[in-house]
Amino acid sequence: MDSALIPEGVKRCSFGKFIFWLVVFGAVLLWGVVAMLLCWFKGLNQTNMNDAYGFALWIWADLGVIALGGGAFFTGLLRYVFAKDELKNIINFAVLIGFICYSSALLILAIDVGQPLRSWFIFWHANVHSMLTEVAFCLSCYFAVLTIEYIPLILENRQIDRVPFFHNLSHNMHGIMAIFAATGAFLSFFHQGSLGGTPAVLFGRPFAFREGVLIWPWTFFLFTWSAAASGVCFTMLITCITRKITRKRLVKQKVMMLLAKIAGWMLATYTIAKIIDTWYWAAVTAPSKGFTLMDFYSNNPLYGIWILVLEIVVCGVIPSIILITRKGRDSSFLFVSAVLLGALGACVNRWVMVLQVMAVPVLTFESWFMYFPSWQEIATTILPVAYGIILIMISYRYLPIFPQERELEG
Amino acid sequence: MKEQHKHTKAKKYGMVIDLDKCTGCGACMAACMSENNVPFKKDESDKLLSITWMRVYKLTNGKKFPEADICYLPRPCMHCEGEHGHAPCVSVCPACATDYSHETGIVSQIYTRCFGCRYCMAACPYHARYFNWWDPVWPDGMEKYLSPNVSPRMRGVVEKCSFCFHRYQLAMNKAYNEGRRELEEHEYQTACTQACPAGAIIFGDLNNPDHAVTQIAKPDPKHGGRPMNPHAFRLLERLGTNPKVYYLSSRDWVRRAGDNYIENESGQGNH
Repeated sequence: MDSALIPEGVKRCSFGKFIFWLVVFGAVLLWGVVAMLLCWFKGLNQTNMNDAYGFALWIWADLGVIALGGGAFFTGLLRYVFAKDELKNIINFAVLIGFICYSSALLILAIDVGQPLRSWFIFWHANVHSMLTEVAFCLSCYFAVLTIEYIPLILENRQIDRVPFFHNLSHNMHGIMAIFAATGAFLSFFHQGSLGGTPAVLFGRPFAFREGVLIWPWTFFLFTWSAAASGVCFTMLITCITRKITRKRLVKQKVMMLLAKIAGWMLATYTIAKIIDTWYWAAVTAPSKGFTLMDFYSNNPLYGIWILVLEIVVCGVIPSIILITRKGRDSSFLFVSAVLLGALGACVNRWVMVLQVMAVPVLTFESWFMYFPSWQEIATTILPVAYGIILIMISYRYLPIFPQERELEG
Repeated sequence: MKEQHKHTKAKKYGMVIDLDKCTGCGACMAACMSENNVPFKKDESDKLLSITWMRVYKLTNGKKFPEADICYLPRPCMHCEGEHGHAPCVSVCPACATDYSHETGIVSQIYTRCFGCRYCMAACPYHARYFNWWDPVWPDGMEKYLSPNVSPRMRGVVEKCSFCFHRYQLAMNKAYNEGRRELEEHEYQTACTQACPAGAIIFGDLNNPDHAVTQIAKPDPKHGGRPMNPHAFRLLERLGTNPKVYYLSSRDWVRRAGDNYIENESGQGNH
């Protein structure tokens, strides 16, 4: 039925099957949209946030998807600036994932603010001292860059490409993509960093506070670093899932191995830096405020020392070792486990830096604050996942996302 | 008028709360809500959703009878000065909706500027900032009793104690009309100060050596306003928030409860 739209030389599932899954994920998306409208029309009283949890599930989701979307900027940097030519075979997919992640982040932010219609104040009345201001500016600009990077892909659709104007536009946009990739990397460095600075500048919150260099706390650099590592892991993870579902190879193993090796070294160096940061924070920063390390990990029902071990050892050290060793990369089970853990590591880190910050009591006469999100918060957090799956489904079906597919499946 | 303001001496309004005198009656909380049009709901049992610009905490020493002891601690906004006016909440607000006034030392909140990101709430270790999760709904007829000097806040914005800033504005207007540039100590007092039946709250200019707050707390300007009175302390002094609310207590455990200390670490309040 839609065969005229499908790229030449590749096979796709039946239109009926495609529509069925579209309806399934569309229903999930609709559930999220209902919750979103409830939040917009009735206000944030629809959530389980409270005055102790001004930042909660949504801010975690926001930081999480931005970290996972970091694969787009880092792969773009490697492909266009460091001339890793093989990566041209996965860059389209990395851009698509980045586009999904960043558009999701903007949507979540639009739901999360108390007065969404005033969101433009962040640009109009910008406070240059605030990390969020930097986030807002760089995030918006980088989303524009990702859109520019995604447009040529859309223009490569078989039918659109027939129109000479679109064909030439797409060709010319590809020609200048290196400029956008470099701009994207520059912008990403700043907003990933600013997101890292967002909790770390809270000097009233000893769990989050970090020292640093000039105006940048250490987490400024750690967040950028981890986004580059975990974002690439996430790109590879989604590629593996797409391969599994479509039962096609899509990308040559050589490309995946190159990316895995780079991700492994990024993750390994990040983990070392994170261990040093944690040690300094636990040994110097926190005690200077009257806290020991275990004050942050005891006397509460959830946050035990396990979460620190999970973040650093399970999601840092282990996947690093797997990805930097040839044996680890060659074993498909270990490889998938490593990229899964690598992506999970950034999510755990963002969770800790948002929700545990809110949970830890600072006043001596208060106790731990616990929180469980409302169904509206959960639905609006799942919404971007459904949206992402739908966009990947549509893009995979109608656009030449994987340039090597025809060769591999031919 | 702006020009004239520049010639007035910079103030640093602050508070001293004597915890030995506080009985925990809550009159300060009630006065604050009434004075500042603070909204309330039918069900206020969840205190994490209640707006209490002034909140009275109950502290215990954790010991059993006969050594058991309690203390009530009223907590307004601390109007932190941080370092050079970089209060924890002010520097993080992305839209300049909260501001540190170097003229008065008061941390303000611009409700019509706030777009409800709640970063300031995350930044405040005192939980002195509150979000309007709902639009304010007043019982029938009560809207006639609202203060005309304080604008009620809409859903989706953050609010907090303003040290009854509207009273400062009214007092300054009166002084200007009378050809004065400076206020007498009694001309600007917060609602909680005046409502406290025990006289536990004292309010004034910490830059003015004649004001009671300065004489009692004895802030040391060389050490970021740290109190020199051995019975005075500030909450979470070690974080560097540089608050302008001082507490007094003759009890060691109360002073020690004002900050975090590692086990066996000496220290209580500022000592």
